[in-house]
Amino acid sequence: MASTFARVFSSRARRVGILSLVGAGSLATGFFFNRDYVGAASQQRKLYPPSAEYPDLRKHNNCMASQLTPAIYARLCDKATPNGFTLDQAIQTGVDNPGHPFIKTVGMVAGDEESYEVFAEIFDPVIKERHNGYDPQTMTHPTDLDASKIRSGQFDERYVLSSRVRTGRSIRGLSLPPACTRAERREVERVVVDALNGLQGDLKGRYYSLTQMTEQEQQQLIDDHFLFDKPVSPLLTCAGMARDWPDARGIWHNDQKTFLIWINEEDHTRVISMEKGGNMKRVFERFCKGLQEVERLIQEKGWEFMWNERLGYILTCPSNLGTGLRAGVHVKLPRLSKDARLQKILNNLRLQKRGTGGVDTAAVGSTFDISNLDRLGKSEVELVQIVVDGVNYLIDCEKRLEKGQDIRIPPPISQFK
Amino acid sequence: MPFGNTHNQLKMKYSAAQEFPDLSKHNNHMAKVLTMEMYERLRDKQTPSGFTLDDVIQTGVDNPGHPFIMTVGCVAGDEESYELFKDLLDPIIKDRHGGYKPTDKHKTDLNPDHLKGGDDLDPNYVLSSRVRTGRSIRGFCLPPHCSRGERRTIEKLSIDGNSLDGDLKGKYYALKNMTEEEQQRLIDDHFLFDKPVSPLLLASGMARDWPDARGIWHNDSKTFLVWVNEEDHLRVISMQKGGNMKEVFTRFCTGLTKIEALFKQKGHEFMWNEHLGYVLTCPSNLGTGLRGGVHVKLPNLSKHEKFGDILKKLRLQKRGTGGVDTAAVGGVFDVSNADRLGFSEVELVQMVIDGVKLLVEMEKKLEKGQPIDDLMPSQK
Repeated sequence: MASTFARVFSSRARRVGILSLVGAGSLATGFFFNRDYVGAASQQRKLYPPSAEYPDLRKHNNCMASQLTPAIYARLCDKATPNGFTLDQAIQTGVDNPGHPFIKTVGMVAGDEESYEVFAEIFDPVIKERHNGYDPQTMTHPTDLDASKIRSGQFDERYVLSSRVRTGRSIRGLSLPPACTRAERREVERVVVDALNGLQGDLKGRYYSLTQMTEQEQQQLIDDHFLFDKPVSPLLTCAGMARDWPDARGIWHNDQKTFLIWINEEDHTRVISMEKGGNMKRVFERFCKGLQEVERLIQEKGWEFMWNERLGYILTCPSNLGTGLRAGVHVKLPRLSKDARLQKILNNLRLQKRGTGGVDTAAVGSTFDISNLDRLGKSEVELVQIVVDGVNYLIDCEKRLEKGQDIRIPPPISQFK
Repeated sequence: MPFGNTHNQLKMKYSAAQEFPDLSKHNNHMAKVLTMEMYERLRDKQTPSGFTLDDVIQTGVDNPGHPFIMTVGCVAGDEESYELFKDLLDPIIKDRHGGYKPTDKHKTDLNPDHLKGGDDLDPNYVLSSRVRTGRSIRGFCLPPHCSRGERRTIEKLSIDGNSLDGDLKGKYYALKNMTEEEQQRLIDDHFLFDKPVSPLLLASGMARDWPDARGIWHNDSKTFLVWVNEEDHLRVISMQKGGNMKEVFTRFCTGLTKIEALFKQKGHEFMWNEHLGYVLTCPSNLGTGLRGGVHVKLPNLSKHEKFGDILKKLRLQKRGTGGVDTAAVGGVFDVSNADRLGFSEVELVQMVIDGVKLLVEMEKKLEKGQPIDDLMPSQK
């Protein structure tokens, strides 16, 4: 069964030659890695034209599949970010997951901050589709974390059971979860935990590493509904985010359990402020204070968050760009939940409903999770105010229905489309 | 290729100690063998197609281990992986394949005439007989690493390559073009393979782009079956009801030989070398890649305290009839060869034939209430 190839390997002298060639090759390709990594590697792979590599997206229904034409693919498939992240890696999750029947998924992820630049030709139209016409090429995203601007942020607690605001933050200079190496991921953990340990007052807390947690700590975190598990959703696992689990993953929370940070799950960090009851203003105040404190602490050590004017805060999934913010409540709406106009009311208020188990769960006993739909193009303050105004409106509708009065569909909030 | 390990130079910014995986809770072959020193030596290397050490071990890092089965914990991305990363793979191969040394040579024998007997396993006990193996097409990357273009080319070659005749005449069903009826029929025939769900396979990247370029070819009599682009480039299966293992093996050899000839006509050959035999994705399938087995009724013998020991001496393993990791139903077991490398195909199937014959003999004795001590085999 000898072939040219087998003969090469059986010849000892040439075997040494081949191995040292590979060794030297890694150094040579190191130069190429920064400019044209995939091109260098593909010299030794079978070369196929982009048309032979273009994914079959005919049964797909996600934003990537809607926007990725063969022409765009051909122009981008040989490119790589300075870290070596490629288009194929970015779109793998969308190729592997044709689509959710009811929710149009995004279908692509970033491996690093530069992905959004190098692959702008596909990311920009995806962002535009997902974020209701926001055009990264012409628009700028406002950031505003001044919680004092919130008006009427205290809800009627006969209806609102709990309030919560979450976002994510990425550490500039380190690759994102789909692409990061183990050392990078550990570095994210080190940098963030180091900063969190500097928090004082009502923010003071503790870190629980997933690899070192005791049984009791684990049970406590489960009982508190804080513990996150290894992702099972193929949307996430196909993007490579679950590699090396549970290495460098963990949860930090303050002593009062009202400020919580997930490390190295779907993003470098997910930041959550929450409490029982309806004081959304206080939840948002703690949220802003915590974020600003953490930012100050990492800057002291020479680090910063990924952010730019075009896209706001940079996160793994394009759906979380801008503010990355989801502000919401668990609210009881027994009468309104049966009203056929509810969805239209929510649409016009720029709100979405979910079951109380999170995205894709069903509502239990007419208690809903109501939160903002938008992430990009409006500031944090604007979005939280939209939630405050919207939830107050819904509660008002519920009260009217209680009294047998009629309700009105509100006019739609303006978009920038 | 994917999964964040193409940027090897990025990792080199960090020390080996910073990148070394945490294997403290792991129990697989890779975790037993991989030391920090080895990791440091090998981590900046890559095969000509760009497969790295981290790509090799990712599945073993992500899957600490099965409680009962010692998993391998690594895969090859191409033929060259076995050469470039031999410092890691040779000890794993040795541990997994009964002491097989880096200097050992593997014998290939696909001549069914060398088989003795095997056409008369008692069909009252032996319900079905099956032989499977895998083949890789030289020059292409393996399922963990191949691009869509490569995978599609392999599919195309396999479809064209399967213009077989006579008993082997058949048809190809691409997974993505299948009709509902075709799909149901293939499920009913127990032929249809699904997208892998085992995290062992998913973590290595084999399920990317599913179901693109995946499919099933089978002959009209449904006794010869080829899976394209599942865990390996090709998985080849010969099977039929009853105990005529000789016939199953003969068709197996004939089919493989013909398929190989068709590929050669197109200028392609299988990955094979003197030391490792047929090269497949998982190191556990090197050599023959052959699992020959039967579904056999052993309700009495399976309850005997020495059942496990007997199988071990015969170099056989048992599984439930649903395949690896399933339980036996109604006393029916899947019994097959435990070895893959270091024995030829004929030798392995001979072990199955001789071993199953003995097991059935023992079962019959136990049925009649007779002892089986005088039938105990010695270690093969």
